[in-house]
Amino acid sequence: MSDVLSARLAVLPRRPVSAFVGRWSGAPWLSGLVLLVLILGVACAPLLTRWDPLEIDLAKAFAPPFYAAGGSWDHPLGTDNLGRDILSRILYGGRVTLLLSVLAIVLGIVAGTLLGLLSGYRGGWVDVVIQRSVEAILSLPTMMVALVFIFVLGQSFTGVVLVLSPFIAARFARMVRGDVLSVRALPYVDLARVAGASDTRIILRHVLPNVAGTIIVVATLEVGQLILVVSSLSFLGLGVPPPSPEWGLMVSAGRQYVATNYWLSLFPGLAIVLTVLAINVIGDWLRDVLDPKRVV
Amino acid sequence: MVSYVGRRTLQAIANIVFVATLIFVLARATGDPVSLLLPQSASPAVVDQLRTELGLDKPLWAQFLGFLGQIFTFDLGHSFVTGEPVSDVLLTHIGPTLALSLTALVLAVVVGIPLGVVSAVRRGGVIDAVAKGIALLGQAVPAFYLSILLVLLFAVQLPLFPVAGRDGAASYVLPAIALGWPALAGVLRLTRSSMLDALDADYVRMARAKGMHPTITVGKHALRNALIPVVTFSGLMLAGFLGGAVVIESIFNWQGIGQLTLDAIKVRDFPVVQGAVITVAIGFIVVNLAVDILYLVIDPRIRYE
Repeated sequence: MSDVLSARLAVLPRRPVSAFVGRWSGAPWLSGLVLLVLILGVACAPLLTRWDPLEIDLAKAFAPPFYAAGGSWDHPLGTDNLGRDILSRILYGGRVTLLLSVLAIVLGIVAGTLLGLLSGYRGGWVDVVIQRSVEAILSLPTMMVALVFIFVLGQSFTGVVLVLSPFIAARFARMVRGDVLSVRALPYVDLARVAGASDTRIILRHVLPNVAGTIIVVATLEVGQLILVVSSLSFLGLGVPPPSPEWGLMVSAGRQYVATNYWLSLFPGLAIVLTVLAINVIGDWLRDVLDPKRVV
Repeated sequence: MVSYVGRRTLQAIANIVFVATLIFVLARATGDPVSLLLPQSASPAVVDQLRTELGLDKPLWAQFLGFLGQIFTFDLGHSFVTGEPVSDVLLTHIGPTLALSLTALVLAVVVGIPLGVVSAVRRGGVIDAVAKGIALLGQAVPAFYLSILLVLLFAVQLPLFPVAGRDGAASYVLPAIALGWPALAGVLRLTRSSMLDALDADYVRMARAKGMHPTITVGKHALRNALIPVVTFSGLMLAGFLGGAVVIESIFNWQGIGQLTLDAIKVRDFPVVQGAVITVAIGFIVVNLAVDILYLVIDPRIRYE
């Protein structure tokens, strides 16, 4: 058998995205529900709470959550040191945290996928340049690089997105390239070329749909990690500038009162844990369903 | 193998140059690097003097080569708050970070590996369920949140450990747990899955078939092979700790390189921030290189072309 042929046989067809329809058994319903409630809650924040997340009322500072002595349903999760409603800050703050993470991941996916497609499909010096750069980016400590960028460029929403997305892009570029290389060796891609399809058409119609599964899985798992990084940056006071209610920032602000008024930090932190947990469980499930043999 | 190590080392050096370029460009992207390197109150005469000192009147390529030279000789300028050489400041702060990172790594390995082995051998049992919970939480609980909960429970409610600071063995416990927690989850997950693979391998089935004692089968045949990816992972974790310790250090007031960076950011001491980032990045790159080479040494089956 020729090397080329054996290489082709070694590449098994991947599962298309549609494969998970009809495979709902074992689906993480609970995580799905948690995530759905979180997203709906964050999206419909004005309908769920009548408090302005930024409204200060010192007379109501440190109101305990509903279950504790002195707590009321008026402020179900209590209020912070400035009398702001914690629940409404969590709901509005989720918009900041989630939007940041999703924006950074989308930007990273688009750039990374394009670079990965280009790198894998073109090969040659383009491939070498892109892969060496990817390697270099991945060899950097994310947190420290983010710190120095934010130091120089100043603290802003856009800054956080822009500094984190290259790290995501690098990971996607490497992964997509690997997938492209194996898909490109499949006979139907040759066939498409023989049939006169343009490079763009081959990439969009034949290569991209085959790597979409991997992209979705890794994107899900990366979003979870990204939420942790985003909230850590805010926690350090280098992410989104205050008074914007961001989850990591809320945990950080509540820290000095934690011994006596634990709810200031506990609930926003719990929001992070629940969100990331739900996303990770769903990501693990997607990976098993879409590509059981692959270890990311 | 020699050619692989050579190529990999070249790539590592290229990565260090990449970091240097990034910082070099970044410092100039905002305009005048002197404005970053001097406090805003500096007089024009001082500004001009520094400009000449730094060679900012020279062409860009000469500046860049000079900067590279500085990095490779570890001469990173002076803090403009204290006036001390940045390399001295870094050397006094790297110790605590390394000590904390190593403690966290030991914790992750000592707890993670046995737990992973047991959960693979007794698959579906109680310990497996506990391990699964730890693995899931390890990837979902942010280190800063875990730190605060740990302090609240084990330093405030039950005063077993100090709230912050670095003073004696007890002060290592909470920060090491907080830092090592995600790594523990990773080690556990990896040990479990590679143990499951190893237990399923032909040589283990053979060992069992010929009646070898289960402890030897698991401990010698399966575990030795299963540990290879865990060793690599631990190395990567150590590299990750160097940069990731910044959050933990800020909570526990740990005078390591992360805390140093944050303090320097507050007073806008750019030479220190720049030096710290470069040092951590170099540490990160070197550990990664060491891991790749180690991988080659411990697993003779792996051959890079």
